[in-house]
Amino acid sequence: MTPRIGVVTFPGSLDDRDAQRAVRLAGAEPVALWHGDASLHGVDAVVLPGGFSYGDYLRCGAIARFAAVMGTIVEQAANGLPVLGICNGFQVLCESHLLPGALTRNQHLHFINRDQRLRIESTSTVWTSEYAEGQDIVVPVKNGEGCYVADEKTLDELEASGRVVARYVGGNPNGSSRDIAGIANAAGNVVGLMPHPEHAIEDLTGPGTDGLTFFTSVLKRLVDA
Amino acid sequence: MAAVKIVVDVMLKPEILDPQGQAVSNALPSLGFAPASSLRIGKHVELELEASDEQAALEQAEKMAETLLANPVIEDYTVRLA
Amino acid sequence: MTLDTVDRATQTPDEEQPFLELGLKDDEYAKVRAILGRRPTQTELAMYSIMWSEHCSYKSSKVYFSREFGRIPKGDSMLVGMGENAGVVGVGEGLAVTFKVESHNHPSYVEPYQGAATGIGGIVRDILTMGARPILVMDPLRFGDADHPDTKRVLPGIVAGIGGYGNCLGLPNIGGEVVFDPSYQGNPLVNALCLGVMPVDRIQLSAARGVGNIVVLLGAKTGRDGIGGVSVLASATFDDDGPARRPSVQVGDPFMEKLLIEACLEMYDAELVQGIQDLGGAGLTCALTETSAAGKSGMHAYLERVPLREASMEPHEILASESQERMLAIVTPDDLPSVLAIAEKWGVLGTAIGEVTDGDRLIVTWHDEVVVDVPPGSLADDGPIYERPTARPADQDALAATPLPDYPTATKELLLRMVASPNLCSRRWVVEQYDRVVMGDTVLAWPEDAGVVRLSEETNLGIALATDGNGRYTRLDPYAGAQLALAEAYRNVATTGAVPIAITDCLNFGSPEDPGVMWQFAEATRGLADACIELGIPVTGGNVSFYNQTGTTAINPTPVVGVLGLLDDVTRRTPMGWREEGLTLLVLGETFDELGGSEWAWAEHRHLGGRPPAVDLAREKVLGEVLVTGSRDGLLAAAHDLSDGGLAQALVESSLRHGVGAQVEFDGGIDAFVQLFSESAGRCLVAVPAAYELAFTQLCGARGLPWTRLGLTGGDSVDIDGVFTAPLAELRAAYEGTLPALFGPLAGATRDAPAAPAL
Repeated sequence: MTPRIGVVTFPGSLDDRDAQRAVRLAGAEPVALWHGDASLHGVDAVVLPGGFSYGDYLRCGAIARFAAVMGTIVEQAANGLPVLGICNGFQVLCESHLLPGALTRNQHLHFINRDQRLRIESTSTVWTSEYAEGQDIVVPVKNGEGCYVADEKTLDELEASGRVVARYVGGNPNGSSRDIAGIANAAGNVVGLMPHPEHAIEDLTGPGTDGLTFFTSVLKRLVDA
Repeated sequence: MAAVKIVVDVMLKPEILDPQGQAVSNALPSLGFAPASSLRIGKHVELELEASDEQAALEQAEKMAETLLANPVIEDYTVRLA
Repeated sequence: MTLDTVDRATQTPDEEQPFLELGLKDDEYAKVRAILGRRPTQTELAMYSIMWSEHCSYKSSKVYFSREFGRIPKGDSMLVGMGENAGVVGVGEGLAVTFKVESHNHPSYVEPYQGAATGIGGIVRDILTMGARPILVMDPLRFGDADHPDTKRVLPGIVAGIGGYGNCLGLPNIGGEVVFDPSYQGNPLVNALCLGVMPVDRIQLSAARGVGNIVVLLGAKTGRDGIGGVSVLASATFDDDGPARRPSVQVGDPFMEKLLIEACLEMYDAELVQGIQDLGGAGLTCALTETSAAGKSGMHAYLERVPLREASMEPHEILASESQERMLAIVTPDDLPSVLAIAEKWGVLGTAIGEVTDGDRLIVTWHDEVVVDVPPGSLADDGPIYERPTARPADQDALAATPLPDYPTATKELLLRMVASPNLCSRRWVVEQYDRVVMGDTVLAWPEDAGVVRLSEETNLGIALATDGNGRYTRLDPYAGAQLALAEAYRNVATTGAVPIAITDCLNFGSPEDPGVMWQFAEATRGLADACIELGIPVTGGNVSFYNQTGTTAINPTPVVGVLGLLDDVTRRTPMGWREEGLTLLVLGETFDELGGSEWAWAEHRHLGGRPPAVDLAREKVLGEVLVTGSRDGLLAAAHDLSDGGLAQALVESSLRHGVGAQVEFDGGIDAFVQLFSESAGRCLVAVPAAYELAFTQLCGARGLPWTRLGLTGGDSVDIDGVFTAPLAELRAAYEGTLPALFGPLAGATRDAPAAPAL
């Protein structure tokens, strides 16, 4: 059976359709999930897409974390449900305390959109297992508040436990601590990533297809399971 | 010269739309709070200035508020001693 | 104070009214009285003054629309023409696109961030109103001198506002322009273009029809935003009243607009909407009058039902408010519950504020008192129309006769200065603040000649879009300048391999009361219309912005033209840069000694004079056909149009795109400087794989398109044999350095990792 991967739409989500396309091109079935519906409709994994949920007013992700669907996601994530938060989705995961730290305004205070080189630092998460450790990939980054911050102790812990998933290479686009572009929870089923792998899935529209592996990784895990 | 602590509060003018305040206000009932009859969000700036006296510091801060801290086209500000 | 009702107006016919302060002339006021058979109420007066303003009524430009644009054949693909909120063009596969460019110049000067942001919001709602999902934006921008202190205030704010609003809406920004010229000092031009796509059977119109149908206001609450001239009324009647009543800046809420877009599209798909109109300039006044006038219906609006941000608002303020993110929908009583349910699902306010009535009067009541009772057509369609006097400016001939500075020798140093000049340097500082990839269908975006976006994943059908305008050319010759703007946008679109099919325009000019400006306007519209006819391409709509001047000095007349092209298969798009070495470089078209109004004359000498390049539309058409055929037959590796900065600029940009240089040899004849910096129109630089060179040049020959072999791609420099060698590293540093030096370092640039070039 084809695994079903849910993509949540919050008011103000923007890259939800793009995430659905990535799921489809990876070979899974995309399922649209609605913020106000607590049911996950039996999906095997969830993507929290990019955008400006609730306008990103107050703090990015601060209001979205209280959505009905988030209650279920937080609960299921503890049972191993694979969850990928991209950009705004990463911010929601941090606000929901599924991931440590927070994302703050880019150090240079501008929104920035460019093709960005990343190094995959950990292949032990369900979303990165098909990459090679240390592999360089190119995916677009686009955010205004993508500067990852956490206290030194948390950062040291993340590094020591191999939970830094990806790092910016060749220039840090937002001032993130230790060039961190993405992190995982201890179990490796919840990953937050500031850059946009769903925008690097076709040669025609992206800088390449490097991003597709996030989606084929989880698909392989679900099929093998 | 003495160090004077000053607070500048910057708020959107009352007639100007505050999308941020509105979005937060709209979110409150969905979390089970009673709706706020008004909710507006502004900026709170804490300054420490070296000045001959408090009055001079306030005047200096007033100028800062007018030229930089606030956008007088859409924002009001108040300047006071901390 | 007492409410000025229709009854009161009838009883007090001689009460003095501040019509002059509101911008109505004596005869215009007399016309209002004649239409109504009494004096207008305060609220009616406010409505006429807004609807009959230049901005809403196009009273100075209307005669040119019928006289000039009326001559242009509509073509087969145009489904909805000028007159609605935006034109609609069929593109096949059951799809239609709608696009339009509009100005938001004055608000952006007062409050750059919000002015530019609400400019995006407004044009997006125009497109949404037609039934389309907005899928992209573009921004042609013009500022004063790059190093002027006020440009440092205005430009970053405008760029951040466009990004802040457009990014939050999830619309890719796929191109535009950034131009610096002192004529825009004190009056920057902020034009915004939006394009949307829809199934042909989802097209929406604005007409309110069906007696008993309900008028629903959707979106944000109404506040005292942008109540322009109407504040005069307030100040005339409320001398020492409490709250500040001066016009306030409109603040945009892109989050609300995003919700409004999704809610409206869901209503369209469910076929719940009988008619719809966005609220922009003149707010409810405009929406109520235009929907009822278009439907030849009556309408009754209950103003006290409008949700307000400030309870103390007066009827005329509610009607004039330009609060953003609002739409007015006409729905049947049966569908009303479904419409309100969709609004609620998306968190958008939906309020029934009136109904369509029998007859032909627009009645507005305020707590049962009639404050407006007018024939809506008198506001929407019967405004004054002026044939303003025109006069060729006294300095026009002298300007054309001004001799050009002496031509220099072409050197590497000259090239480096030119690519670093504010009008030719990299726009990376600006465009990196825009989301160019959201929606996942962007095939080409800046720095490409035109933006290319996929419409269908199944068939790869797509569109290309480019905007162009050249105020200097148009100042020297408004007829030719407008044609050159169209020719360049047309060429840019064809360069990507797309077939140009329609245009939109934003005509930015000084005061129409200045006969010199009006002459420029007349010449430019005549030129544009003639060019559309010759190229066989219709105008779908656009916008006129007058009064762009500081004191009595008008801006350079600046018609900005957007050209839409169609690509039956976006996978065959031709990019601007070459990736491989050893490709044959050709210049298509002919290079003449044409440096009047050129970037060289301006950048090196601040010189504006002489004649702009000659226009040859037949040549443009053939060039376009060759570029499209070349793309279809897979003969082209890259193509880049020649325009501002000439061949030199094109060689540098195409080489820097992927870091592969160019080895060029001129075969005598024309001087190397002229070859490199002339801005002759109708030209394009192409890179062709050696194996296809013969096939491609035969294609050119068969169509009578002249071509010149320039050399080969390759190496790490732009090398002009016997003239100079310019290393790509030096060119890149010069090209990329200018805007960051003026406006702050590029985002993410560090000392050890300078801002990387596009990968």
